[in-house]
Amino acid sequence: MTRESADVLRAGFELGFTYTRSVGPVIGAFLTGLRDGKIVGIKGAEGKIICPPTEYDPQTAEELTEMVDLPSTGTVKTWSWVKQPRAKHGLQKPFAWALVQIDGADTSLLHMVDTGDEKAMKSGMRVKVRWADERKGFITDIACFEPA
Amino acid sequence: MTEQTPKKPVEIIDSPIYMDYNFSAGRATAHFLRSIKDGKLVGQRSPITGKVIVPPRGSDPETGEATTEEVTLGDTATVISFTVVYIPIPNSAVQPPFVVANLVLDDSDQTFIHLVSGCKNEDVQIGTRVKAVWKDKSEWGYGLDNIAYFQPNGQAAIDIEQLKIKRLKETAIFRQKTKKENLKKESVHA
Repeated sequence: MTRESADVLRAGFELGFTYTRSVGPVIGAFLTGLRDGKIVGIKGAEGKIICPPTEYDPQTAEELTEMVDLPSTGTVKTWSWVKQPRAKHGLQKPFAWALVQIDGADTSLLHMVDTGDEKAMKSGMRVKVRWADERKGFITDIACFEPA
Repeated sequence: MTEQTPKKPVEIIDSPIYMDYNFSAGRATAHFLRSIKDGKLVGQRSPITGKVIVPPRGSDPETGEATTEEVTLGDTATVISFTVVYIPIPNSAVQPPFVVANLVLDDSDQTFIHLVSGCKNEDVQIGTRVKAVWKDKSEWGYGLDNIAYFQPNGQAAIDIEQLKIKRLKETAIFRQKTKKENLKKESVHA
């Protein structure tokens, strides 16, 4: 049994779904903003600013169109520390997944925060965007957030 | 990043999803793959239904019973169903339109998927008799792609309903053989 088990063939294989998708005017504006090095939100019902922007208001379902430029700084609302990053994570060192409320926005954005140390993470801490060296209009144009 | 002349807004993004698996073939499938590396197709017979399963997984898909009896098979088969693919598959050398078929090897009872080629696509039909066209031996590895494709072998197409009836009769012999010892199991699985 042991000998036969040792003989069992193993191989890696990759299953890929090679999607391309059209992003529409709202997500498109957000990604275009990232490519150009700025954060964009959208004005929702009752003047709430939603970032990342949604195409429809989450409460009233009305169609939203009014894009708003926002700064690239924000506040960590909640976070979870990743001790051992996986191969596909955007940072190959311990980091935090965090909900970051961009200054001027009423909602939060999920991204990574690089503090180097879990002890340096705190809800309420101030962070700023670390832009990727090369930007192409994708969420990874934000490499991560770092302490501001 | 240096600022360039105004660029077009982002309208389309690539968002592929890749899942990386480590596949362990298991004993039965590993044996099947070793055999095919030598140009041989082997299946396993269910001790309960008498059906021959290929590629073997080490158990009978209908009853869950472990399968151990090996059956050596030929490389002729029958088209059970097929489709003509018109859309190119990324990273595939096969150019559309091509035929993908569910095939059942002679003396076996489970279909597997392979290409049918070496003929006009229009000539493929349910019941078409085909034979494996093997790649050059130097290219053989652990996989069904040692067979480049199956090609119609010139025999007349057969009625697959008749084929089913024929196989049921043939497998009945094996059901008889093991009937006594399996009576108990069959009542459990009934």
